Amino acid sequence: MTEADRRGVVRDSLGVAIATGTYGLGFGAVGVASGLTVAQTCVLSLLMFTGASQFALAGVLGAGGSAVSGALTALLLGTRNTLYGLRMAPLLGYRGWRRAAAAHVLIDESTAMAVNRPDRDLARAGFWTTGLTIFVLWNLTTLAGALAGEQLGDPRDLGLDAAVGAAFLALLWPRLTTPTARLTALLAALVAAGAVTATPAGVPVLVAAGVAVLVGSLRRGER
Amino acid sequence: MWWAVLGAGLGCYLLKLAGLSVPARVLAHPVVARIADLVPVALLAALVAVQVLAAPEGRALVLDARAAALGVAVVLLLLRAPFLVVVFGSAAAAALLRLL
Repeated sequence: MTEADRRGVVRDSLGVAIATGTYGLGFGAVGVASGLTVAQTCVLSLLMFTGASQFALAGVLGAGGSAVSGALTALLLGTRNTLYGLRMAPLLGYRGWRRAAAAHVLIDESTAMAVNRPDRDLARAGFWTTGLTIFVLWNLTTLAGALAGEQLGDPRDLGLDAAVGAAFLALLWPRLTTPTARLTALLAALVAAGAVTATPAGVPVLVAAGVAVLVGSLRRGER
Repeated sequence: MWWAVLGAGLGCYLLKLAGLSVPARVLAHPVVARIADLVPVALLAALVAVQVLAAPEGRALVLDARAAALGVAVVLLLLRAPFLVVVFGSAAAAALLRLL
């Protein structure tokens, strides 16, 4: 690992983290609009810290769902992070309190910014830069969003919602080197898009993970 | 409401910790290793699809400025543009389209 490599990873990670972290504004506003107090909305961002699960909990409550079904939906979505952990454990190589701390910022983006790295130091740099930057921004913007409520301007006006999709695509791009990877990506995108109409927010992504299990089990002789 | 917030929050943390705490030898099996390799591919592709196509109100698909912005991102990636150019280029494209 050269210093230039590390700086590149940090710079890319900051770009993703800033685009993603500001979405806490949306969560703060949605949380309060769903009937949570400002304190409850902020504790979710501090303690749960996984966007899809937080939005799901607020969304179920906002749509009139029970606290139990809201919590269960959030936990179901949280299993996604267990898959990320399975992938990240050998890359990060942490034990004890470092593992306990790393687990808290184990989310979509911190995983995505670390899995592609050629060595452990770069993986750690991407993971912590992304995870900690998003954690700070996400909590600050959650508070701001909750306080401002629905009077806040839409982050969509800045095109930030489209930027997140582009960031995921840019991360996916270098992984599409084998026919198996391209097949998996295509099927997963189709399955997720199809599931959007039939399942609650966040579940389509989880369903698409099944494509990886299916393709990985059936295709042999290639990685 | 507080117990749901605290319970689900703690549960989500434990799910993360469980993933990091699974023994490394689980990944030694070739099928498991191949699946673990494909999981991020599937999830990233699914995140792209959902992020770009799911209606903000949920449970419906829409083609809007986000899809056009993703097209811009594809072009920028084909041109081997740096990561940040891809991300903020497509954000600018979406913002401009919405202004029109």
